[in-house]
Amino acid sequence: MSTVKLTIDGKTAEVSNQLTVLQAAKTVGIDIPALCYDETLEIFGACRMCIVEIEGSSKLQTACSTLVKEGMVVHTETERVVWNRKQTLQMLLDSHPNDCLTCHKAGECLLQDYAYRYDVNFRKHDGEIRPQLLDTTSPYILRDNSKCILCGKCVMTCAQVSDRQVLSFAERGYETRVIFGADESIEESPCVSCNRCVAVCPVGALVDKRDMDKIRSWEAETKIVGCKACEYGCEFEVRSRNRKPVSVVAKAPTNGRPLCLKGRLTTELKYLDNPDAPYRKLDKSFEKTTWDKALQITELLEKIERLEGSNKDGEGEE
Amino acid sequence: MITKEKLFEIKEKTKPSLVEKLLESDRVEFRGEDLVLKGEYYKKQVRIALKNCDIIDPTNIDEYIAMDGYFALLKALTEHEPGYVVEEITESLLRGRGGAGFPTGRKWNEAYRYQADKKYIICNADEGDPGAFMDRSILEKDPHSVLEGMALGGYAIGSDQGYIYVRAEYPMAVKRLQIAIDQAREYGLLGKNIFGTGFNFDIELRLGSGAFVCGEGTALMESIEGRRGMPRPKIHRTAHKGLWGKPTIINNVETLANVPVIMNRGAKWFRGIGTEESPGTKVFALVGKVENAGLVEVPMGMTLREIVFDIGGGAQDGKEYKAVQTGGPSGGCIPAELIDTPVDFESLGKIWSIMGSGGMVVMDENTCMVDIAKFFLDFSVEESCGKCVPCREGTKRMYEILDRITKGEGVEGDIERLEELSETVSSTSLCGLGQTAPNPVITTIKYYRHEYEAHIKDKRCPAKSCKALIKYEITDKCIGCTRCAKVCPVVAITGKVKEMHHIDQSICIKCGACYDVCPVDAISII
Repeated sequence: MSTVKLTIDGKTAEVSNQLTVLQAAKTVGIDIPALCYDETLEIFGACRMCIVEIEGSSKLQTACSTLVKEGMVVHTETERVVWNRKQTLQMLLDSHPNDCLTCHKAGECLLQDYAYRYDVNFRKHDGEIRPQLLDTTSPYILRDNSKCILCGKCVMTCAQVSDRQVLSFAERGYETRVIFGADESIEESPCVSCNRCVAVCPVGALVDKRDMDKIRSWEAETKIVGCKACEYGCEFEVRSRNRKPVSVVAKAPTNGRPLCLKGRLTTELKYLDNPDAPYRKLDKSFEKTTWDKALQITELLEKIERLEGSNKDGEGEE
Repeated sequence: MITKEKLFEIKEKTKPSLVEKLLESDRVEFRGEDLVLKGEYYKKQVRIALKNCDIIDPTNIDEYIAMDGYFALLKALTEHEPGYVVEEITESLLRGRGGAGFPTGRKWNEAYRYQADKKYIICNADEGDPGAFMDRSILEKDPHSVLEGMALGGYAIGSDQGYIYVRAEYPMAVKRLQIAIDQAREYGLLGKNIFGTGFNFDIELRLGSGAFVCGEGTALMESIEGRRGMPRPKIHRTAHKGLWGKPTIINNVETLANVPVIMNRGAKWFRGIGTEESPGTKVFALVGKVENAGLVEVPMGMTLREIVFDIGGGAQDGKEYKAVQTGGPSGGCIPAELIDTPVDFESLGKIWSIMGSGGMVVMDENTCMVDIAKFFLDFSVEESCGKCVPCREGTKRMYEILDRITKGEGVEGDIERLEELSETVSSTSLCGLGQTAPNPVITTIKYYRHEYEAHIKDKRCPAKSCKALIKYEITDKCIGCTRCAKVCPVVAITGKVKEMHHIDQSICIKCGACYDVCPVDAISII
């Protein structure tokens, strides 16, 4: 490994030769837009938003999948680059429902951000749009495939935990969809509601259902907390209004942290005054349950009680 | 284990009876020392990749050996270093016959120089262009040439494992390849310690499941690795990190079939055929509205005119030749006025088409160029893997516009919209499928813009092919034979015997059955 020097939009970057142009740009404060890129995931190269011009090549290159080279001269916002990015965004919006006003993801949606940044709008057209495919079977995840931009992040993050691998692509071309299990509802599928996919989804295709109707992203005071349910210490965001915590959402998994439902419920119980009732999946269907059952601590609590002969504490049921 | 002596023995034993059998059948003749197929169709052809096709029995390895088969491998293994094979192929300037024309030697050299504990060579036999069957013929009729080419490639780069990725829609090819592999293993031409030189090389078949995009190198590797066939971003060269992250060479069937011949006859001989920058020959599947359809193998640089007219016999049924489409869904339409273009990588590139894998579709006066563009776009839309945005969304929108135009619903600005979409799809798509998908649209707009305009502005299809824009009418030439009325499937034609008939336009579905059956050409399309 060695260090190379390159120029990005006139700025000089000195970085490891193992970095991509996108990563190198970040080191000098240049934000190249990308919908499918995530540092913790494999490079997918699907969204084509991170195209840049590199001197000496007539082709547009994707910054996410081009390694830096000594003396490289990169331009990230040329007329050609911007024109093509706008075209790409327009293609995505042409297939996307125009419901940002009522979409829970508004305010933290990357597609919305980039549409604003490049001044691209919804427009009327008589072509096909993605069909409405709402999956409301899970109390934890709301899935709306009509908003999916097929960036693949959910599929990749799910595949990183070897005993999960629930999400995959089905069909091809314009009909391509992300499916759960063998094209089942979330409820019927082997999904364990860890919300990894929700945490990485850049748009409103996968939304945390327990966060919906509680708070909008921009009005939330946020605090990142580490989960105490096990030694992984996955991160969650506690969202508060007027210093009163109202919801807990999973942060994108990093450093091999798996995320799990138990951890999420534990964190909810710890931080929220009035958490929604927990649900557990039994025989391919969700059912409302009690906190001790959801956290699988009934037996433990009974044993503790027996051992210590003390009175049972309320498990957050204040 | 087969030895040098044994190989010579088989050749000497098999050749005379093979020649005798062939001459008796009257299908072949000698051209110099080479056995070639007889007939006018083959006169202008020079067959290297197809040299054994229809001549030997593909299920009999002895007949392949009789035609000097496996002698190139013998010579390379016993007399030369791997580097020599790389050099010879580089020197021959053989370029990939799958479409892109990348120099094979350069590809091999990359993998040859890259140190790794394991390397792979893949034969791309996932031929999928509509109307193309070049590779299929080689696989079915001369499978050993591909195996030998792969073994030579394996020796050159230091690989002991090859894969043939063949589409499952070619059951005969699969069967014959397996027979060939089994025979080669039995003879020790595949397996361990080939010719006692210590070189190990084996080949396995992998069957594709019908996705066109799996012919793209990285998607093909994903598929072999057991994943969904979607192209990968090319962060590293596949010659360095390919299949399972190991150096991998991927060559097309026809390219590999050329390799043993080049090694036998030398790079210099090969460069004597074809053009300076594109030496050798190319196999084309000459199809469409051409008199003599079939496979042709011609030296690079032969003009389209010679291929379409001298070999193909021109347009069918005395109709006027209009264009030829090369390169399948990635290629372009070449208009009649460019018929004297030499067919090689450079010349076709200059006129916005590509060599492609070898599809050559002839079109006549009744072919609507907007409809042709729509046909190929439809193919690309269907076969897009759905991974990257421009290909998935862009080709879909392009198809929708073309569909509208052919239905007479085109509007001002459609051509410009098509051009804009073409620009983004071709310059930002992830893989070759997307990058080249707009080519049929770009070239037809370039050469036949007037046809697009006629559809959009005048609601007229100049080739009289788009159903929504034509009308069938009976003229006064009608003799009242009633044949049209009898054949009409929707009873749109009325009229008494021996009196002029009439088509009710509100019922007519424009199937053209009356037009085809009229004995006096009294029905006209307007």
